[in-house]
Amino acid sequence: MAKNILILGGGTGGSIVANILARSLSPQEASITVLTASPQHVYQPYQLYIPFGYQDPRKIARSERSLLHRRVSLVVDPVEELDVKNQKVVCRSRKSYPYDYLVIATGSTVDEEQIPGFKEGADHFYTPEAAFVLYEKLQNFNGGTIVVGIGGLPYKCPVAPVEFTFMLEEFLTKRGIRQQSEIIYTFPLNDVFNIKTAADYIKADFDKRNIKTELFFNLAEIHPEKKIAESIEGTELSYDLLVMTPPHKGAPFLRGHEIADADGWVQTDRHSLKVAQLENVWSLGDTTNLPVSKAGSTAHFQAPVIAKQICAAIRQETVDSEKVKYNGHVACFIESGYGKATMLDFDYEHPPQPPPPTEFIHFQKLALNKFYWYLIPKALI
Amino acid sequence: MEGIKITKEVDARGSFCPGPLMEMIRLIRSAQVGDVVAVISADEGTKKDLPAWIKKAKHELIAEEPVEGGGTRFICRKLH
Ligand SMILES: Cc1cc2nc3c(=O)[nH]c(=O)nc-3n(C[C@H](O)[C@H](O)[C@H](O)COP(=O)(O)OP(=O)(O)OC[C@H]3O[C@@H](n4cnc5c(N)ncnc54)[C@H](O)[C@@H]3O)c2cc1C
Repeated sequence: MAKNILILGGGTGGSIVANILARSLSPQEASITVLTASPQHVYQPYQLYIPFGYQDPRKIARSERSLLHRRVSLVVDPVEELDVKNQKVVCRSRKSYPYDYLVIATGSTVDEEQIPGFKEGADHFYTPEAAFVLYEKLQNFNGGTIVVGIGGLPYKCPVAPVEFTFMLEEFLTKRGIRQQSEIIYTFPLNDVFNIKTAADYIKADFDKRNIKTELFFNLAEIHPEKKIAESIEGTELSYDLLVMTPPHKGAPFLRGHEIADADGWVQTDRHSLKVAQLENVWSLGDTTNLPVSKAGSTAHFQAPVIAKQICAAIRQETVDSEKVKYNGHVACFIESGYGKATMLDFDYEHPPQPPPPTEFIHFQKLALNKFYWYLIPKALI
Repeated sequence: MEGIKITKEVDARGSFCPGPLMEMIRLIRSAQVGDVVAVISADEGTKKDLPAWIKKAKHELIAEEPVEGGGTRFICRKLH
């Protein structure tokens, strides 16, 4: 009897796992279903470019169906309950779906409600809509103080606020209003980033470009009428424009679930990616509680590890856990502005050593943005 | 620490920087003024960062004590 594989979430991670499995397993071995919340697949890295007018928010999504192998069934129906004991999920339509093997890839969502005043006082680029609002504000900005920072850990694409800050500095310079503007970058920890080697590089570049920093700044509250952002450490920053990464959480059905924590991050084994010591459930990408970046590249390197284990389980083969394991690999480009970029490439054992920014790395990032649709979700690389 | 009642404690051993510090920040966020909370960490970076954060945030670091099995317990009182 064919086994039932259910993949929750049709974003980067879910699509790659589904497509590898569809190519690896015959219809007699398994049926593969992706259960997701939206018929669209958004390429989120493009959201970074929207505030500066370099990208059109209407052009950053494609149909998820078009990205999936024809053998993968796609169901658009958000999951509302997960019952690991009875191996089934229940969706918004109240239909329930049983599974033999489950992969959780529902990603992370922004939760603006967590910080009083956030909705009214802060802008961000973590949804296409918010990024477009910020575009309008930046077009009309004529100088003043812009505070950029992080409103809660963890959040997705840890370098995105740094990239935004670099690109903002270039944007203000090109518009001729850099002299009349002050940029202040805030971070919750005692450094500008949570990986030391990257922090050293970023701080040096901030200093060169006269970008100020405010460290140990854990956003507590925003006072939109007074235009003040306040931290739990008691620091108050006045702003004319506030660009703050909103706090993130896992999907609602995972928050407080027995396999996750209160914020919905799923307990995941750092090497096998198995969930809560269950033999038939895995998770990847933003969904996990792993101390690695919530990034598309993380999901990309994790997906084959899960697919191989599922194929072996269905064929009743044993896996060599030394060979089939995730080693913490993440690779992220950092746009540095002025047509250059650098890169963070690291794993559990090896911290990144970012090279000096070059035009070549910038073009690599642009190429990835262009070819994402053809290569990544389809699992061709 | 005799005589001091810890209202909440998180064992963050096995979690690396910035995990233990974030646990302390989370605990302080959810505590009442006057509460005493604690985080246990075995991470080297925490030894510097956690007291530095408590100082910056103007709370009180009551004690750092070694824990059986390895690691340090950082005990902090929420002052405001
Ligand atoms: C501005 C920005 C810039 C970024 N830049 C980069 C970058 O340069 N490089 C990089 O590697 N990463 C980058 N990222 C991060 C990257 O986009 C995410 O980390 C990546 O998409 C995570 O993949 P995922 O599969 O875990 O989640 P997602 O791709 O977010 O997919 C989650 C899926 O789950 C679905 N879903 C949600 N809730 C439910 C539910 N209840 N039931 C069913 N389905 C559900 C959603 O519809 C979605 O299809 C960036 C992100 C942002 C916001």
